Amino acid sequence: MTAPAASPPVAIDLEDLGLDQGGHLLLKRALASVGVGARVEVRGRAPELAVHVRAWCRAHGHGFEWPYVVRGPAEGAPRRGAEPAGGAKTVVDRAPATWGLAARGALVEPGGPAFAFPLDEKQAVWTEAAAGIYRQAVASQWDPATAVDWDAPFELPDEVEAAVVQVMTYLVENENAALVVPARFLTRIHPHFREVVGVLAVQVADEARHVEVFTRRAELRGAPMGLSSAGGQASLLTLVEEPDFALAHFMLSVLGEGTFLSLLSFLERFAPDPVTRQVTHLALADEARHVAFGMAHLESVLASDPGLRPKLATAVHRRHDVLAHTAGLNAEVFDALVVLAAGAFTPAAIAAGFTRVQALEADMDEGRRRRLVKLGFSAEEAAELAELHTRNFM
Amino acid sequence: MGPLVMGAVAYDPKVVTIWDGFREWFAGRDFAFDYVLYSNYERQVEALLAGHVDVAWNSPLAWVRAARMGRGDVRSVAMRDSDCDLTSVVVVRADSGIETVADLDGRTVAVGAVDSPQATLIPLSHLGSLGVGSGDVVVQYHDVGVGKHGDHIGGERDAARALMAGAADAACMIDGNHLLFGVEGTLPVGSTRILAQTPPYDHCNFTVATGAPAELVDRFVALLLDMSYDDPDVRPLLDLEGLKAWREGRTSGYAQLERAVEEVGFYDGAGSVTARGYRP
Repeated sequence: MTAPAASPPVAIDLEDLGLDQGGHLLLKRALASVGVGARVEVRGRAPELAVHVRAWCRAHGHGFEWPYVVRGPAEGAPRRGAEPAGGAKTVVDRAPATWGLAARGALVEPGGPAFAFPLDEKQAVWTEAAAGIYRQAVASQWDPATAVDWDAPFELPDEVEAAVVQVMTYLVENENAALVVPARFLTRIHPHFREVVGVLAVQVADEARHVEVFTRRAELRGAPMGLSSAGGQASLLTLVEEPDFALAHFMLSVLGEGTFLSLLSFLERFAPDPVTRQVTHLALADEARHVAFGMAHLESVLASDPGLRPKLATAVHRRHDVLAHTAGLNAEVFDALVVLAAGAFTPAAIAAGFTRVQALEADMDEGRRRRLVKLGFSAEEAAELAELHTRNFM
Repeated sequence: MGPLVMGAVAYDPKVVTIWDGFREWFAGRDFAFDYVLYSNYERQVEALLAGHVDVAWNSPLAWVRAARMGRGDVRSVAMRDSDCDLTSVVVVRADSGIETVADLDGRTVAVGAVDSPQATLIPLSHLGSLGVGSGDVVVQYHDVGVGKHGDHIGGERDAARALMAGAADAACMIDGNHLLFGVEGTLPVGSTRILAQTPPYDHCNFTVATGAPAELVDRFVALLLDMSYDDPDVRPLLDLEGLKAWREGRTSGYAQLERAVEEVGFYDGAGSVTARGYRP
């Protein structure tokens, strides 16, 4: 039998470095290399070294036997018993409240506060597509100041300019709803699901830009803002007040923003001026991404919870019933769309504009049905639900 | 049985957090514990000796007074690891030309509050033992939180600021505060020099008087010693109170303060307050 070999004594030379200049980092590192109760010799030329090492040891639970420091047991306590908040690449099924705001994969010291993030289940919020959509969203950001040629020359008859302003007025309030709804859920989703939080955060920023550019187009020629109708706001209120994430996401992104894809594409195509064309083009690309995320999220949730499908249908019925007494789309908006697409106040132009708006409505309905079928609804169910969608479009 | 009632001085709002937290921790171990807060240590010591509380979380100066009032019939039952072996330092500006303690003769020495053991009583006594009595220097008090026996760091920081501003030629403080003031920039690194350092002394302790319920006190001490810095429930409280582990009480570290109290006549032999101008 041989006696265990004695560990070589550990010494640390701080040279001229004082503990009031960061010297504790070298000392801590040396102490970490020895066991509890073992000694580290401290050398150095800083004039107050012994005074400061004594004080530092007392505050950190180490013994002081100058020129030695005896390692105490307290060092590293916050890491002992700490729990990893998932893995850097592992998304857990349910994120505990005590992980709080910690980075995914971080070691979380026990004893911290519990955060109330009600949306803490992967099944309710997650889609594997989130990371890709987030990357795409970040890469597609545009600057309203430079992405739009605000000085592009154009002349419009006053009535057509007024129609554009009315449509912009309508778009702004709808974009406000599309900003508020994800913002409300953003604060309720556990930060562990950071890709989802990231997508929603960028979505909120997207909508802020849309509000800006539509407002700026409306104000471009100094015409007064249009009408905000009671029926339109009532429709948006039902979106803003929906407490369930999946239902709100379904009605906002799949049905509402989905419908807006048709509308924005229509506005881009028939825009009577270059600024209107540019702002609707920019918003259209963002909205297409929002719809893609809404679809991906709902497809994921439905894959694990098919029972959600009838709830989605019920939500559409309920919203329709709530809004049954309202006027639906602002008549001024409908007329404005016709004038905008007509471009002039002649019978022939108005007839063309009217036909185009009818085609738009058919296109919206077809798009809604297509997305509903993609979410697993039968063609009949999809047709019925698409028909019941709010007459406000959003 | 119980609860065990402890007195503590409210020198900072965190005192409530600390003792509420410990109270809950004790309750989780079926130990009934409660606390009473005092605005100053003099009233707390009087309450301890009058039997209003079973145990007092005492400053070293409060311990000295309790020992005098109790005629030795008091015990120190526990203390923090960080209460053991403190030193105080007397600091001058590096470029002051003051090379020895004797050079302080006729100069201004900034100290903490009049009742601070670490920033006033002990370092001044130490200077006296080195031949520079308080009559040889102008003592500049920084009376923050008088009655709280220097628990408030403000007096020491004000003394350090007075030194750097040139309003004083030397300043007294705990070794750890010299390090802290260097790190935080109150005393820029390299701007000061340590002229003298006291021998080690002890700081706070839990004091009990005769008549305290022995069984409750024993259980209280056993639970304190059982607290582990590895316990995430108690670690934040230990951090707030400034310790890594509780230790059994000892009274071997109060001789310097006893001597200082005697020299300035802070208390008389029976523990009455005799310090001139001290209004806790």
